[in-house]
Amino acid sequence: MASTAPEKEDPTAPAPVLGPGQTYTTVTQKISSIITSRTPLGWIIGVALALGLMQCFALGVTWLLIKGVGVWGLNVPVGWGWAIINFVWWIGIGHAGTLISAILLLMRQNWRNSINRFAEAMTIFAVICAMQFPLLHTGRPWIAAYWLLPYPNSMGVWPQFRSPLIWDVFAVSTYFTVSLIFWYIGLIPDFATLRDKAKQKVSRVIYGILSMGWRGSAKHWHNYEMTSLLLAGISTPLVLSVHSIVSFDFSVGLVPGWHATIFPPYFVAGAVFAGFAMVLTLALPLRAVYGLHDFITDRHLNNMSKVMLATGLIVAYGYGMEQFYAWYSASTYEGYMMQNRTWGPYSFEYWMLILCNVAVPQLLWIKWVRLNPIMLFIVSMFINVGMWLERFIIVVTSLHRDYMPSSWDMYRSTPWDWLLYIGTIGIFLLGMLLFIRVMPVINIVEIRLLVPRKGHDKKPDHDASADASAD
Amino acid sequence: MSNSYFLGVFDNESDIVAATRITRESGYDIHDVYTPYAVHDLPEAMGLKSSRLTWVCLMFALLGFSIAIFSQFWIAGVDWAVNVGGRPFNSLPAYLPVMFECIVLFGGLGVLFTLFVRTKLYPGKKELTIHPEVTNDRFVLAVELRDSAFDTAAITMLWEQYHVLEIRQLSEA
Repeated sequence: MASTAPEKEDPTAPAPVLGPGQTYTTVTQKISSIITSRTPLGWIIGVALALGLMQCFALGVTWLLIKGVGVWGLNVPVGWGWAIINFVWWIGIGHAGTLISAILLLMRQNWRNSINRFAEAMTIFAVICAMQFPLLHTGRPWIAAYWLLPYPNSMGVWPQFRSPLIWDVFAVSTYFTVSLIFWYIGLIPDFATLRDKAKQKVSRVIYGILSMGWRGSAKHWHNYEMTSLLLAGISTPLVLSVHSIVSFDFSVGLVPGWHATIFPPYFVAGAVFAGFAMVLTLALPLRAVYGLHDFITDRHLNNMSKVMLATGLIVAYGYGMEQFYAWYSASTYEGYMMQNRTWGPYSFEYWMLILCNVAVPQLLWIKWVRLNPIMLFIVSMFINVGMWLERFIIVVTSLHRDYMPSSWDMYRSTPWDWLLYIGTIGIFLLGMLLFIRVMPVINIVEIRLLVPRKGHDKKPDHDASADASAD
Repeated sequence: MSNSYFLGVFDNESDIVAATRITRESGYDIHDVYTPYAVHDLPEAMGLKSSRLTWVCLMFALLGFSIAIFSQFWIAGVDWAVNVGGRPFNSLPAYLPVMFECIVLFGGLGVLFTLFVRTKLYPGKKELTIHPEVTNDRFVLAVELRDSAFDTAAITMLWEQYHVLEIRQLSEA
């Protein structure tokens, strides 16, 4: 066809977001075959590994509840340790999911269609992992209700609404609820597809219940689309608020190293940076194992790398500003804190952080790295580690040398810290593996929007040229 | 009482939109159109009114805002006022984050709840299967079949212009 040929020859046109030759039926078949095919051996090994890691969690929690938070490495100047570090790390990872599902939806970025479901699932499980830490750090989670929720204790005292910690409870629980709603709403039409494709009665009944009687009625689609758009609209400020409020946990405090106005944007950018690294860490093996190259194309890898590069540069700017303000403020304590952070006893961790989050991501300027799955996986792993180190540096180096040198101390984690952290990785992996096995890992309905239209000479809804400028 | 529908099955978006528009303009009562994804031109072709969910969302958001502002002032300023470093009991700026989160939470839950009520969807609902492939690759136009005088030949001719693949009649018990 003469009308389509020039498009293919245009060297400046972005790579397609969907492999060639796909139709509605092949899309449905390919994505549902991940669920309907026999359980692969790799999946079973993965679940065994995840369950093994979850045993660490069980062990860590049991000992914590018997002995109390004294089993962790906390001491007097460093009253916050791995619990808050892990909490912030997990919450940050979740942010990529909401960014992809909400912000990119509002910006009409159609390349998001094949990664949004997966990233949203990641958000849900990451927030579940994150929520373990605030709950467990209370030492007695069964009576934590009146420390966390607006419910008066036996003396009629309510939580303190001026505290960022209570803001955090509202932010994280709202974030979890709204992400879950958004995810489930997106799944309903796909559950209906699976119900109609199911060969066994059990799966037909289960998917039937989950799909809530969805039949693809245009009247339903009409309200459904509006619901998605509204949820995207409210999730966008929500995702920005959540990590801003998490950063308030620190920046509202008067501790040198925490009390900085740069914290909210710096934390939000760091969250997206860490989240995209985790999306790639999981999506690259998934794409290889299930042969999803037609859905998660080179264009996706390229775009995700660019988002990581951009947010990584914002994070690097944050590190630079921290150094600058320590000097420019002319505050003795700020200056000493920064000197101690950079050259003190935790300087190894600090420079590792700079290596992981500032130096290594610069490789993403190179197109070959952005398109090479192995290189991209390595860079993502560096960022995963780097973002954990960032929170370690913020928490520990700001606290361990107090105003009075007599109360200075070093912070060392204990095996119980490690068990809980590794344990939550087990929870996360198990959640993701179960999700991959029973739910469509790619949004079938939204991929249909990318399939070239039949019959008339009409391009897909959001055609490539419309979003080329954003790439 | 049973409802009967006359169905036309199509395989692409532009045909179903054009067929829907011409069918409605020819005076038939469109029961519904079933599609594998949200077709953006359909609501207009079917003559649907624009969704009012935005207003519902706003109402729920205002409810969340009111509850958050009232309860924070009441808890921290009236029911058990705690003096923290001599700061005022009613410190509005400190209440903003919880207010914002409640706006989003109530708006989100409200719009979800309204969607399910409005579309009458609930877990385990059984609905008549219009066409087994409608959740895969078929687009189905359903017209109300009210009386025996319904001219099936005329509507078939109408739909054939738009490459209808299959025509069938369906009765709901």
